[in-house]
Amino acid sequence: MTTQNEGYPLEQFRKTYFEECAELLDALQANLDSLSNGSGDDDTLHAIFRSVHSIKGGAGAFGFDGLVAFSHVFESLLDAMREDKIPATPDVTQLLLRASDALGDIVNAARADRALPADFASDIRSAMQEVLLGASDEADATPIQNETVAAAVDVSGEQRYRIQFTPHSEMLQKANEPLLLVKQLRKLGGLTIEADVSKLPVLNALEPEAAYIGWTFVLETGAPQSAVHEVFEFVEDDCDLKIEMLGNSAGESAEPPPSAAPGATAAIATPANEPAATPAPTPTQSIRVDVDKVDRLVNLVGELVITQAMLTEQGTLLPVDQYPAMLHGIEALAQSARELQESVMAIRAQPVKSVFARMPRVVRDLAATLHKEVRIVTAGEMTEIDKTVIEQLNDPLTHMIRNALDHGIEGPDERAAAGKPRQGTIHLSAAQRSGRIVIEVSDDGRGLNREKVLAKAQDRGLVAPGASLTDEEIDNLIFLPAFSTADVVSNISGRGVGMDVVKRNVQALGGRISVQSRFGHGSKFTLSLPLTLAVVDGMVVSVGKETFILPLTAIIESLRPQPNDIHPVVGRGDVLALRGEYLPLTYLHRCFAIDTLVTDPCQGIVIIVQRDGAGTIGIVVDELLGQQQVVVKSLEANYDAVDGISGATILGNGRVALILDVTHLREIDDGSGGNLKPQRPAQPIEVQEDMTHAA
Amino acid sequence: MTKRILTVDDSKTMRDMVSFTLKKAGFDVAEAEDGKVALNVLGGGKFDLIITDLNMPNMDGITLIKNVRAGSNHRGVPILILTTESDGTKKADGKNAGATGWLVKPFSPEKLIELVQRVCP
Repeated sequence: MTTQNEGYPLEQFRKTYFEECAELLDALQANLDSLSNGSGDDDTLHAIFRSVHSIKGGAGAFGFDGLVAFSHVFESLLDAMREDKIPATPDVTQLLLRASDALGDIVNAARADRALPADFASDIRSAMQEVLLGASDEADATPIQNETVAAAVDVSGEQRYRIQFTPHSEMLQKANEPLLLVKQLRKLGGLTIEADVSKLPVLNALEPEAAYIGWTFVLETGAPQSAVHEVFEFVEDDCDLKIEMLGNSAGESAEPPPSAAPGATAAIATPANEPAATPAPTPTQSIRVDVDKVDRLVNLVGELVITQAMLTEQGTLLPVDQYPAMLHGIEALAQSARELQESVMAIRAQPVKSVFARMPRVVRDLAATLHKEVRIVTAGEMTEIDKTVIEQLNDPLTHMIRNALDHGIEGPDERAAAGKPRQGTIHLSAAQRSGRIVIEVSDDGRGLNREKVLAKAQDRGLVAPGASLTDEEIDNLIFLPAFSTADVVSNISGRGVGMDVVKRNVQALGGRISVQSRFGHGSKFTLSLPLTLAVVDGMVVSVGKETFILPLTAIIESLRPQPNDIHPVVGRGDVLALRGEYLPLTYLHRCFAIDTLVTDPCQGIVIIVQRDGAGTIGIVVDELLGQQQVVVKSLEANYDAVDGISGATILGNGRVALILDVTHLREIDDGSGGNLKPQRPAQPIEVQEDMTHAA
Repeated sequence: MTKRILTVDDSKTMRDMVSFTLKKAGFDVAEAEDGKVALNVLGGGKFDLIITDLNMPNMDGITLIKNVRAGSNHRGVPILILTTESDGTKKADGKNAGATGWLVKPFSPEKLIELVQRVCP
């Protein structure tokens, strides 16, 4: 490219180009991700193609030959894919991902003016060419032809040409003006013109946009024949053209030869073999790491944190004046361990985008099946959450969206009758709130019909007849097992899988789910999830000789009640009067049959905890020992599932402490006389009691 | 009177380069990043030439050309396609849709000016 013009701000264009490349590479990555996880649509492949295409286009302008060569092969492969010549098999998708990484590296090298090894990514390039060749024999995986200015093979000296030229009307419709062609020819040399107007009709039969006139030119020029052809380059398909060479040379009648594409001189890259002049100023933006390696790292950091906690505890036994350096070291270790842990967790964190991106398709497909008009609006896709959580988020989220579509959003006619827009809207959003990820799914559909919900719950014996429930409690009845509000069991979400399964899935992730609804206006499901499953901030409490961990996120407050705050209620055990509300009390020592001297809440501590969709309760313990980050170990994997316990951890003193599942604790000790129920009870009365008096 | 040219390309780099070159040569230049935007811009004023990329989101160059040729206010205006395609099929598509001519990327400023003068009366 001849860009040596004075004042041509090439540097500025370069800067723009690389900024653009960064965006294009991001978009490329995102779309490739959608493609590989199957959430892409028809546009995804086109968007992928465009990214590579644009990178290649700019690269040519700046003479980044290696970049042009690589992106050309990449582009050819994508082009074949978007023309359905090559299917997006996992192997091909994998290859695209590798090519995308390599492309990023090549762009970075170009930006840094750094030479890459001659064989850089040549394996990927060959692999792409192989796929292309496999797809079609005449696949044009050939690197860009070296189109040096061709066809300058003409006889020297003046030549005479006779050019017969009759435009078709298409030529005029494409805004090619014959007069401009004549002017072009005249620039080449002496020209005589003869017009053939025999086809010209009488005026009132003349169509203004049709072509009637033909010309015969005789041109005497020293310019090569290709220059003559070039004049007609744009119009040769839209006219009758005959170019003859007159004079001494044999009457060579010439069909217009394929003219060389003007200016295309991009050559195959022969990467310079000079060593990299400067160490990479722009390092690669990301690396791919096996998830197993990260998991191993997470585990190791977990062990480290446990050891650190142990050291910290031992340190408290040391006299400060004798071991100041030791204690200082322990403190520094605690700090580093915590930072290390956060960093490692950050590696596992991924934006929820990968899950959210699948939802528009779910909505589209289902809306078509149900003949509803629905759009989905997503927000906060870049909110990051632990990879494990993300992987398990897909099912509950899909279920909730389907549910909203099937049960929530009305058909277009019904909506119109209700004065709503025919098109329903589902909002899906994610945000980080006080150490948790909150995901909301809301729709502007018909909302929950509380009367129906309550009637059905009573019908199924889930609620005692005559029990008075708050609106919120009624709404949350839909999370009870075997509850379905669909009048007609549809094949969409009426597969016997209800919101209770969603709730169980969410709880398995250490999350909470609740619903708020306004009849006729829609429902909002709120999902609150921990940032990570591996570590929780815990409150360490003691009961008798036992130590338990309560997840800090569940705790609202802790207090030591006055005797007149405690009221025994028949059949429900004790309740705590707190700011005008009565909270059921659950005695931890009773739940797990622990001997303790503290049986009076006024001697111990009451910890007020928020349960998922089930209101608040007070948990009575002996005393608080402190706050601590604990590494969660699965009890199920190492021992067995235990009611009321969500996991275990190892404390600094090496002892195992159980982490309480506050949501289900009440089901073990419901206060109805202190009888122990080792199994989680499923009797209706249990639930009814729970729901009624939880708030 | 100064000729007005609309350059349509999703790549800002390309728009910048075309725009700079043409402005320096004395043209009045407007920019659009895809076919849809281009149609809007065309609806708002009279242009003497359109230079468009082919591969763009929202509305590609071929669709833009068809729309312009099917419309009323710019149907007779020359349209140059700016393409990186070297195989020629896209050039043919562009021509069939009603393009006046083409310019292959990467282009030199001189070549761009020459082509513009070739199709712009």
